[in-house]
Amino acid sequence: MTDPVLRLEDIVKTFPGVRALDGVSFAVMPGEVHALMGENGAGKSTLMKVLGGIHQPNEGHIYMGDEKVVMAGPLEAKAKGIVFIHQELSLAEELSVAENIYLGELPTKSFGRVDSAKLDEQTNAILKKLNVSFDASTRVGDLSIANQQMVEIARALTVDAKAVIFDEPTASLTDAEKVVLFDVISDLKATGVGIVYISHRMEEIFKMTDRISILRDGQYQGTVDTAATNEEAVTQMMIGRKLDLSRNASTHDLGEVALEVRGLSCGKLYKDVSFEVRRGEVLGFYGLVGAGRTEIAETLFGLRDPSAGQILLNGEEVRIHSPADAIARGISLVPEDRKGQGLILGMNCRDNMTLPQVDDLKAGPFVAEGAEIAIFDQYRDRLDIRTPGWRQQVGNLSGGNQQKIVIGKWLSMHPSVLIVDEPTRGIDVGSKSEIHKLLRELAAQGYAVVVISSEMPEVLHVADRIVAMYSGQIMRTFTAAEVTEDNLIQAISGITPGQAA
Amino acid sequence: MKPGVFSKALKSGAIWGFVVLELIFFSVAGEFLSLSDKAFMDWENMLLLLKQSAPIGIIAMGMTIVMVNGNIDLSVGATFAIAAIVLLDSMTWPIFAGLGDWVIPVAWLLALAVGMLLGALNGFIVWKTGVDAFIVTLGAMLGYRGIVFMFNGEQPTSHLNWTLVDFAEAEFLGLATASWFLLAVTFAIWFLMAKTVHGRNAYAIGDNREAAVNAGIRVGPHMMINFAIIGFLAALSAVVFYSESGSVNPNDGQLYELWVITAVVLGGTKITGGAGNVIGTFGGVIAIQLLRKGLGHIGADTSTVNLVIGLILIAVLVLDRQLNIKGKEELKL
Repeated sequence: MTDPVLRLEDIVKTFPGVRALDGVSFAVMPGEVHALMGENGAGKSTLMKVLGGIHQPNEGHIYMGDEKVVMAGPLEAKAKGIVFIHQELSLAEELSVAENIYLGELPTKSFGRVDSAKLDEQTNAILKKLNVSFDASTRVGDLSIANQQMVEIARALTVDAKAVIFDEPTASLTDAEKVVLFDVISDLKATGVGIVYISHRMEEIFKMTDRISILRDGQYQGTVDTAATNEEAVTQMMIGRKLDLSRNASTHDLGEVALEVRGLSCGKLYKDVSFEVRRGEVLGFYGLVGAGRTEIAETLFGLRDPSAGQILLNGEEVRIHSPADAIARGISLVPEDRKGQGLILGMNCRDNMTLPQVDDLKAGPFVAEGAEIAIFDQYRDRLDIRTPGWRQQVGNLSGGNQQKIVIGKWLSMHPSVLIVDEPTRGIDVGSKSEIHKLLRELAAQGYAVVVISSEMPEVLHVADRIVAMYSGQIMRTFTAAEVTEDNLIQAISGITPGQAA
Repeated sequence: MKPGVFSKALKSGAIWGFVVLELIFFSVAGEFLSLSDKAFMDWENMLLLLKQSAPIGIIAMGMTIVMVNGNIDLSVGATFAIAAIVLLDSMTWPIFAGLGDWVIPVAWLLALAVGMLLGALNGFIVWKTGVDAFIVTLGAMLGYRGIVFMFNGEQPTSHLNWTLVDFAEAEFLGLATASWFLLAVTFAIWFLMAKTVHGRNAYAIGDNREAAVNAGIRVGPHMMINFAIIGFLAALSAVVFYSESGSVNPNDGQLYELWVITAVVLGGTKITGGAGNVIGTFGGVIAIQLLRKGLGHIGADTSTVNLVIGLILIAVLVLDRQLNIKGKEELKL
């Protein structure tokens, strides 16, 4: 039997007051894709930091091959052949692909000049292996997120990588881009590299990996063969609960049309988009990243001006020029990037929740703190937000609770239309199902809900009707009865029913 | 104890700890080095220190809200000089000749209005063009200073009104007029930042501008109001100071912007915005003034004072960063 490329033995890492890792062991074989799963806070990130030499374990050992190693720092980890592909890309946008890949070890000529010819040649050789559409001299800022990730992977290939760790690699990729990534991972695997694959997405885990190791609350729960288990079993190991992703159409009666869009266009971003949402309904938008879904939401929220078309709110045509306009008319947006666009991370929970309405709550020149606390308490209870109190800084909450703060922020404004862009991005499984349930409940309470998602199981689970978008156009709107995974995929890939053989 | 609690407590009180440290150091060192036999921590001396802190301190309160808002204003020194000229010159204008001493409030209002307008102009440009406040106010700093020189060349502008001098030199409950103004401004800006919607929104915009826009906050007007406030305070600072001195040189107020920013940063305001408060800034202002006075007390000259303040500013920020990294287990970059 071959030795594992990387083996962890009884790793313990404690922080003041927390046992972040409590006896974690697992081994990655050469040519294996090994999934590491666990809810947010289960210890995956800490484990990766131990592997990457950023944290030193309090107990336990790391072996590479049959040799016991100590990772003194990130550079040493890299030198030993451990390479990380992070969720958040760390690339210099203004530099070229080649410069990024060889950053820190650029080939030089005399007087310290960069040897561009050699640089481009080496880079193109690697890019060729990855089968990508850009070349060494492309500016990284001009590449799509997926291609930027390829640059990160190319960087990994420049060292003699023994183990490559992918941390949520598909978080910002479209389904088509994922396919390319998976091909690359398969190629890597074929060369005998050990791969650690961290993801929340069950679909990918079951498609891509050979074995799954599971962490819960810093404790190692065991390793299972992917082929010999199923989603439910893994979820239960992670959380001790089941994730319900069954189809979920409304049983209650729908109300009148809350929002109607007629022939809306915005330059090249999307054209001639028409749809309506009723009270009590969840309308899903599904499509590839770049299909124009987020841009439509941004237009409805006043962040973009449409070039043509009408927006009707409760039957009346409206023009929305700013988010303030949209909010005043009862349209709310839970944005895609929770931390960047939705929350003031340095502020506490209460202030974040009441941010859009502090002006309405004031008593004379004062902020009415009492009224704010009342609103916070009401929505903390209603949405089951788990926080020690309103004074807690939002940056310290888990992703799921942060998302609930954003949702609560808008519910407290009593909107008529709630648009939610990627409701569960970066949120752990347990909180995911809570958010899904919440969205369904909101519809049942008479809100018109628009959900934009890149995860098919999510739209299928949450939405009553699904709008399929491709390249800025609506291909088809599916009712609950019509939709299947197959015809949905065809629609978002631009295949019309006639073309599909 | 949770990680970060200690460093946070230390941080919020750090500037005041530093103030106490300075007091002890200069008192002890003064015993051996000072040429005068007066104690450093003399009550009179401390009151004088508060009064001397006022010109920088009043502007620093405005800078706190501007920086928390995510901007910066480099033009305050030039605005200070313009307001001083307006104050002193307008009292000699023939149209006000019949007013007698009533010219004083008129001149005050005029100077304050000019300061506020110049500040608002900065804010308006930042709002409408989207150009970074650093660049806009750098331009304004040069431009406003140009106006100062255009007015009277290299000559000082002077006018002494004895009623005004009496007012400026008056003391109430032991505190000089300038000290009262500093305390009042500190309280007013504290109130504005801690208790009002405008203050809350200013923090939100400075912390995450995009999220603030997404919450329906109109970013531009808030920024303009803050620039108007700092312009007003720069003028107020000038008005308080020149009421007493009665003569302004065209170079007056130069480098004020840097002293003010130093005080604000020492007081814990984040240079990227979103965090900071005037209590910290007040500590920063006092710390700088103590340092200047204390070094003078033990016989150091002005150049030494600047060198020491520069070193301390950097040392404080290094310390602050170390404490931050400890608290959050941040990546070492």
